Amino acid sequence: MSTATKCPVNHGTVPVLDDDPFSPETLENPLPFQERLREAGPVVFLAKYNAYAIGRYEDLSAAVANWQDLSSGSGVGLNEPWRARGLLQMDPPEHDAPREVLQSILSSRVLRSMKDTCMETAGGLIKALLAGTAPGGQVEIDGHTGIGSKLPVNFFPEASGIDEEGRENLVPYADHIFNALGPDNGLVEQGKCKAAEYTEWATAKCQRDALKPEGFGADIWAAADRGDILHEQAPLLTRSLLSAGVDTTVYGISGMLYAFASNPEQWEALRKNPNLARVAFDESLRWESPVQQIFRKTTTDVTIGGSVIPAGSRVMLCFAAANRDPRRWENPDKFDLSRDPSGHLSFGMGIHQCVGQHAARLQAASLLEQLVPRIKSIELAAPIERHHNNTLRGWESVPLRLTLA
Amino acid sequence: MPTNAASLTLDASPASRPAAGHPGIQSLRVAQKEVIADGVVRLRLEEPHNARVPDWTPGAHIELVLPTTDAGSLSRHYSLCGDRWDPHAYEVAVLREPNSKGGSCFIHDELAVGDMLTVGTPRNNFLLSQATRYEFIAGGIGITPIMTMIVAAEQLGIDWHLHYGGRTRASMAFLDELAQYGDRVTIWPQDEKGHLNLSFLSEPVDGGRVYCCGPEPLLNAVAGAASAWPSWAVRFERFVPATLPEPVRTEPFELELALSKKCITVGTDQTVLSALSDAGVPVLSSCNEGVCGTCEVSVLRGTPEHRDSLLNDAERAKNDRMFVCVSRAVSDRLVLDL
Repeated sequence: MSTATKCPVNHGTVPVLDDDPFSPETLENPLPFQERLREAGPVVFLAKYNAYAIGRYEDLSAAVANWQDLSSGSGVGLNEPWRARGLLQMDPPEHDAPREVLQSILSSRVLRSMKDTCMETAGGLIKALLAGTAPGGQVEIDGHTGIGSKLPVNFFPEASGIDEEGRENLVPYADHIFNALGPDNGLVEQGKCKAAEYTEWATAKCQRDALKPEGFGADIWAAADRGDILHEQAPLLTRSLLSAGVDTTVYGISGMLYAFASNPEQWEALRKNPNLARVAFDESLRWESPVQQIFRKTTTDVTIGGSVIPAGSRVMLCFAAANRDPRRWENPDKFDLSRDPSGHLSFGMGIHQCVGQHAARLQAASLLEQLVPRIKSIELAAPIERHHNNTLRGWESVPLRLTLA
Repeated sequence: MPTNAASLTLDASPASRPAAGHPGIQSLRVAQKEVIADGVVRLRLEEPHNARVPDWTPGAHIELVLPTTDAGSLSRHYSLCGDRWDPHAYEVAVLREPNSKGGSCFIHDELAVGDMLTVGTPRNNFLLSQATRYEFIAGGIGITPIMTMIVAAEQLGIDWHLHYGGRTRASMAFLDELAQYGDRVTIWPQDEKGHLNLSFLSEPVDGGRVYCCGPEPLLNAVAGAASAWPSWAVRFERFVPATLPEPVRTEPFELELALSKKCITVGTDQTVLSALSDAGVPVLSSCNEGVCGTCEVSVLRGTPEHRDSLLNDAERAKNDRMFVCVSRAVSDRLVLDL
């Protein structure tokens, strides 16, 4: 791939990259592209997609907070959205009421009250995986298929009040939605054939009579009854929990397990000081952002780092690049529990900041609380396999060898 | 609630005020001060380094810490009335209330362009929910939060009407800005037309919401006139807390603090807030009257006696939170998430 060259089109002084951030090579390992993005300048132009991109921490933090000039209302992908508009694709004032409703339903207070349930779900999962292995013995499991892709698929739909039938659809359903935020490439093509079926399934599950009487879904309908949102908004809001809340947490947890397995001394540090569990998940999100980037559209000419992005441009906000920006993070490529990962951009920032972050943290914390006393050491047992997605840093397999305490 | 809280007796003691450097607190510069109606000034408070101020939504209010004397200061809450597309400043409009404790007089008489003010993070207890029609009712300076709601309703393309009462035409702020909306706005100066005619509220509108901000008599009149509406469809922002009856309990009660693993007793002569503070578990607070929402605490077990002016009946019934500056306990013990 290229380094920065002088732009042939009229983009002023903005450096141009002819990288394809969505090529199979980049999706397999996005780090070289993300470094070129950061180093080329505060803003670059992606010639292949006629879009701008931001990868430096400071510039990205400012851009992601600036909902006034960088709008979500025409979608948060490279192209205009193909599906009904959820919370993520709304600007104020349309965004205000539904955001407020979801924020109170998914508040840290509510999630704290679910700690016991989540611990039980995580504990059941871990006990089953370790059954039959004696203390001091070793067991090989797949951290992605055995843990990462199981815990959120059990916990989150349960907490949302979605019944058990068809939960295996959740990951592929959202996989396509996140692919569709990228270009219309092979990944999108592959997902298209089943997309309508999955959407129909998810929509049906989010209707009032399909939801369990208690859960986030029922809470959303109750908010409509109280007049905070319109009833017609309730199914779509409930559905957005499912599309935004499952795959992202799956890959977050698989990524955290990969982070520990490839940095065994950090597991040792966590065992010595279990209080580090508080930072472990967020540090792993910084190191390996499940949502790699999201797009905005400029509503006016926007100056970022001295470069002007013209009105009406699509702009890639590359969280993953900013999370490893050496201008912000010392030794950024190191997964390190002794650092303070506060301010990482994996949940975004500002009015669209991940509304489900407390649910994700609860699941990761519960999992670690179950693992730390039981697992003495954790290492990779075989090469990992990635799952390519246009938006997410996905996983097929994280083979782990666990040594029991 | 706290809008132009000039009639609020908010007197946050120094102990209950957040320390300097608290993330919820910022120092903003008075960039403009202009008289916009008889007895009403508008302030523009700018971030001095051109950084963003925290975002807000229509109906939100901010706390201003006013250094009224050399020795102390008053905390006052004012609804935001500016443009949320302007990320570097807040605007408030303040009515002079000579009979209050002096916050509004300080703003009118002493505060000058260029002064720095300590300002809290915006809070919103008067959220604009989604609806098919809004009936906005404003009395006097109660117009301030309604102004931002009108902008939102216009942007959302939702049908609305404003009924705006005031003492005299000259005392009513924002009449110029409101002129552009033509017959969506009914201006009702009391000296010309008497009290607001609220008969339009007799029939509930399907999908409609009533938003009302103004003095207590207006709120009571609207509550009465809209009695046929579902209670959740009629929303109020109060200047002053609702008058409180005597507490239901005449004995002390226990607080169990789940996180700090403490157990304390709240005597009949102290608030939960002060008991917590005495026990070394201070909670951020501001108005000490149950109107601003600063001191919200999660309740894990037990039944609070809700004495705030914030929660609606459904929220109260959940018993999962309380405002510790005024609310107390019905049960012998409350378990708090502190």
